Formats: sequence, C-alpha cells, structure tokens
Amino acid sequence: MTTLAIETSGLVKTFGGNRAVDDLDLAVPAGTVYGVLGPNGAGKTTAVRMLATLLRPDGGQARVFGHDVVREADAVRGRVSLTGQYASVDEDMTGVENLILLGRLLGHGKAAARARAEQLLDAFGLTEAAGRQVKHYSGGMRRRVDIAASILNTPDLLFLDEPTTGLDPRARSQVWDIVRIVVAHGTTVLLTTQYLDEADHLASRIAVIDHGKVIAEGTPGQLKSSIGSGSVHVRLREAHQREQAEQVIASALATTVVLEADPVALTARLTAGQDAVAAEQAARALSELAAAGIVVDEFSLGQPSLDEVFLALT
Amino acid sequence: MTTTTPAPETYSPVAETLGAVLSRESRPPRPGALSASMAFGWRAMLKIKHVPEQLFDVTAFPIMMTLMFTFLFGGALAGSPGDYLQFFLPGIMVSSVVMITMYTGIEVNKDIERGIFDRFRTLPIWRPAPMVGYLLGDAVRYTLASIVILLVGLVLGFRPAGGFVGVVAAIAVLVAFSFAFSWVWTMFGLMLRSEKSVMGVSMMVIFPLTFLSNVYVDPATMPSLLRAFVEINPISHVVSAVRALMAGTPAASELMWVLVAGVALMVVFGTLTMRLYNRK
Ligand SMILES: Nc1ncnc2c1ncn2[C@@H]1O[C@H](COP(=O)(O)OP(=O)(O)OP(=O)(O)O)[C@@H](O)[C@H]1O
Ligand SMILES: [Mg+2]
Repeated sequence: MTTLAIETSGLVKTFGGNRAVDDLDLAVPAGTVYGVLGPNGAGKTTAVRMLATLLRPDGGQARVFGHDVVREADAVRGRVSLTGQYASVDEDMTGVENLILLGRLLGHGKAAARARAEQLLDAFGLTEAAGRQVKHYSGGMRRRVDIAASILNTPDLLFLDEPTTGLDPRARSQVWDIVRIVVAHGTTVLLTTQYLDEADHLASRIAVIDHGKVIAEGTPGQLKSSIGSGSVHVRLREAHQREQAEQVIASALATTVVLEADPVALTARLTAGQDAVAAEQAARALSELAAAGIVVDEFSLGQPSLDEVFLALT
Repeated sequence: MTTTTPAPETYSPVAETLGAVLSRESRPPRPGALSASMAFGWRAMLKIKHVPEQLFDVTAFPIMMTLMFTFLFGGALAGSPGDYLQFFLPGIMVSSVVMITMYTGIEVNKDIERGIFDRFRTLPIWRPAPMVGYLLGDAVRYTLASIVILLVGLVLGFRPAGGFVGVVAAIAVLVAFSFAFSWVWTMFGLMLRSEKSVMGVSMMVIFPLTFLSNVYVDPATMPSLLRAFVEINPISHVVSAVRALMAGTPAASELMWVLVAGVALMVVFGTLTMRLYNRK
C-alpha cells in the first residue's frame, strides 16, 4: 500500500449560495506531482486553501499525511508549505529579507537564517537581486523567490497554486525544472493549473475539476486517451470548398468535423490514444485533401486544449 | 525614481545546487512565542526603512495638531497659549498617539489583500505572533510621535514639573496603553473588507473617543450627560494619568484605571482578533 499525502472525502466549501468546492474526493500518493486541472472558478484555490489549513471546510474530511486539517492543523502546518496564486512574499522587502524573516519564523537563529537565505538565493539564481525589493522583480524572479520561501525548510508537501500563470515560456520552463528537482528529493507536490500541457509534463496523476467536483482522474495517458489525442485545425483558401473538405476529413479520420464560425475553418477531433498515431492520421487527412484538389492555407495538429478536455468530459 | 532593468534571464535550475538546499536534516525546532513575535517586529522595522513615508503620519500630524490647538484655543480657553500648553500638551500627546494607532488596522488589512498573510498563516508558529509583531513595530512609532510632540511642546514653552523621569514614565504609560488599544484595530483590519472601510470605521471610533474627553477642556464645564461619558472614557483616564506623571504628581487611581482598561481591551479585542485570524 502506498502512503497518501492527501486524502479528502466529500470536501465542501460554500460561499453564500455558491458551492465553490462541492463533494471533492482526492487521493494524492506521496512522493509524486499531482495535478489539479480546472478552469477559472473551478475551485482549485479554495481546495488548496482548505488543505493548507487556511480555510475551514464546511463539510467532509481532509487529511494530510494522516492528520486532519481542522483538528490537527498545527501538525499539518509543520509539514506543508504554500506558494499561493498571488505572490506570498512581502513586496516591500528585499529578497534576502523575505527569506531571513521566514528562516527566523521557522526557528533558525539570526546567522543561520542569513546563511540559509543566501544559499537559497544562490540556488535560485537570485544572488544579484537579493538586495532589491521584491516589487522590482520580474514575474519569473518573483515566482522563484516565492518557491524558495516555500522550501526554506524542505516541506513534505508543497502546494503550488497556478505557479506558471502569467509567466513567459522561459520562466515557465524554469518553474517546471524546479518542480521536477523538488519532487526528486522526496517532496510531494500538489500543483494546480489551467494548462493541460503543464499537468501533462509534470504530474503523474491529474484530477480534472469543474464546479468544485472531480470530473475525471487518472494518469495523463489515461486522460488523454479518454478525450482523444488532439485536434486537427484546417483553414481553406476557398469557403465554397468547405463542405467537400468536411467530407474528406471525416472519412479520412473517421471522426466528426466541426465547422467553425470562420467560413474557411474546420476542426476535427482525433480519437486515437497515441500521439504518433495522431500525427499519422493527420498526415493522411492532409494528403487526401490535396488529392481532392482542395487548397489548404493552414493545417495544424494541436494537443487537446483544456476547452476540448471539458467538451469531452462534460 | 530608480528604474530597474531586469537582468538578462540566464538562470536555469541546476539539479545539484538546488538539490543541496533540499535537505530534511537541518530542520531547527519551532521558535518560541517571543522569538516569532520579535521576528515580525523586525519586519515592521524593515517596513519603516523601506517605506519611510509612513513616518510622516506619525510626525507631521501630531506637530500640526499641537500647533493648531495651542494657538487656536490657547487664548480663548486659558488666557494665553503658554498657560494652555501646560494643561493641553499631555492631552494632545495622548490624543495624537491614540489617533495614529488606527494605522495598525490599515496595515493589517493591506497585508491580507496580499498573499503574504497566507504564508504566515501556514507557518507552525505561535498564532498571535504576526499581530504582536505589528504592534511592536507600532509601539516604536508611538514612542517617536510622543517624542516629537514633547519636543514641539518644549520649544513652545511647555515645562513639565515631573522632570525627565516623569515624562519618560508618562510616555511609557501612553505607549503601553496604545499597544493594548491597537487590538481594536487588528480586529477591524481582519474583519472589514477594504482599507477604506477600515479607515471609515476608525474615524468613527477615534473622533468621539479623543474629542469627548478631557484633552481639550476641563469636563467641569460640560453638560452633565456629556460629562458622564467623558468620565468613563478610558482616554480621559489615560490623559489624567499622563498629565499627573508629567506634573510630578503621579495619580495611583488613574494609573489603576489605565491598567484595568488596557488589560480589558487586550483580552476582549485580542481574543476577537485571534478568532477572526484563525477563521479567515
Ligand atoms: N472568499 C470568497 N468569497 C466568495 N466567493 C469566493 C471566495 N473565494 C472563492 N470564491 C468563489 O468560489 C469559486 C471558486 O473559486 P476559486 O478561487 O477556488 O477558483 P480557482 O479554480 O482557483 O480559479 P482561478 O483559476 O481563477 O484561480 C468561484 O466562483 C469564486 O468566485
Ligand atoms: Mg485560483
């Protein structure tokens, strides 16, 4: 039996009449990255806040390493840390001051706290920015100092609430690398995200949530095969060829084709379970379009987007 | 204005360096209540260092109050500004310091809106420590404001008979009471939704408390209903205690009043603050 880092059953949080988290069941194995995928307002932050002892659940149960988040909140706090959706560092203070403060709050003496802060800043490539106020940091640096603060004492469970929303691709991949290293050193990571590819790259299991409920759960592979491996997007030169193109693609891919609002665009969702097969299918569709004399301006094969995941799951 | 050109982002996480900081061995024991509070107090000091504008409120405002009231009321109420000052300076000191306590609530409220509060609340530390930290920082500001007012008073001709010891004791009593009183603001800071509403409520509490007191005029001149309020108003007792200490005639009963009021405020509003803090 694997130990569970997080276990919730029937977790509920309501704000007024709004059930932000509605009967949520999660089981997060220790030592892995677990992705919680959902659109704006799905209840990701609310769920994380309950698990991190910041918000009291209105119903159900949640345990972190076997400790109840309400009755044994202090024991939970000793093992987790949180990098919130919005920077959880003090913007008026410098990077090094933020980390020293946290070090002292975690029981380090003055000198030890400073040494630890410098070591962390170095590991996160922030030595040069150490003496600057965090409000002057770039988005990526801010995230890094925030994560550094979260691992000041290496936690057993780290919550990362949308750690890459708003970051550029480079800063995003830095965060991904950090997450991989952290998890390789034995910390369990609960990561919320709006991006399927992020969950796909990092998580060993994913829960898709919407309206506060889990609507699908499994490994990235399982999820993708249940929703198809992506879509083919086509743009034609001539609108009048669209009907013909629809038939060609539908028969080549054995799937239904959606006509977009744009009179020259069509989208077909692939049903195959594997990316290699998807590419093969797409290539076949393209060559058959050419054979039928249909002029194609754009042709692309996309990963299933979160929209498509929801379309498929709800 | 300083503009910061972001350094070219050359960072790429290295498994070895990052791995080296991820160790489970060096976890120190949790800090005690005092050291956690002191760490938050240190944060408050850093905030003053980085945002020195906030000291403006605790210096310019009291100076303005002192000058304005001394010359505005001095002639009418006591014959001359100089005579009025002997009566009035301890009062205006109390009233200005009590007024600036309300910035505590605004600070608390600002922090909640930022994510930093979430981090503090997930730490395994003595729960009231962040609040006590604010108040320790504020105590420094109260002391500073008291000294500024005292200096202005001395320049204008205020001559406390209690001498140095009396004045220091008076300021100590005032700062201690303000520390206790500030728990009212930590509560409002946690309870109310925005900085603006904290400001609004603070004004509604502060103005009656400071004006309906014995700061400006002798309560003997007031109608009986008003006088009844003025006499139970804790601010009046703080003023009397501070006045007596500065005049070199310490009043035990007033000091007792201040002590009881301070403890009561701290128990009631400290408890409410912590309930809100835990529930937030
Ligand atoms: N403090 C609050 N008071 C009232 N309603 C709230 C509060 N916090 C969240 N909600 C509501 O609960 C629902 C879930 O919000 P939550 O922030 O958990 O979503 P999320 O999945 O984190 O979204 P996002 O991707 O935008 O961060 C939303 O409808 C939101 O409006
Ligand atoms: Mg969120």
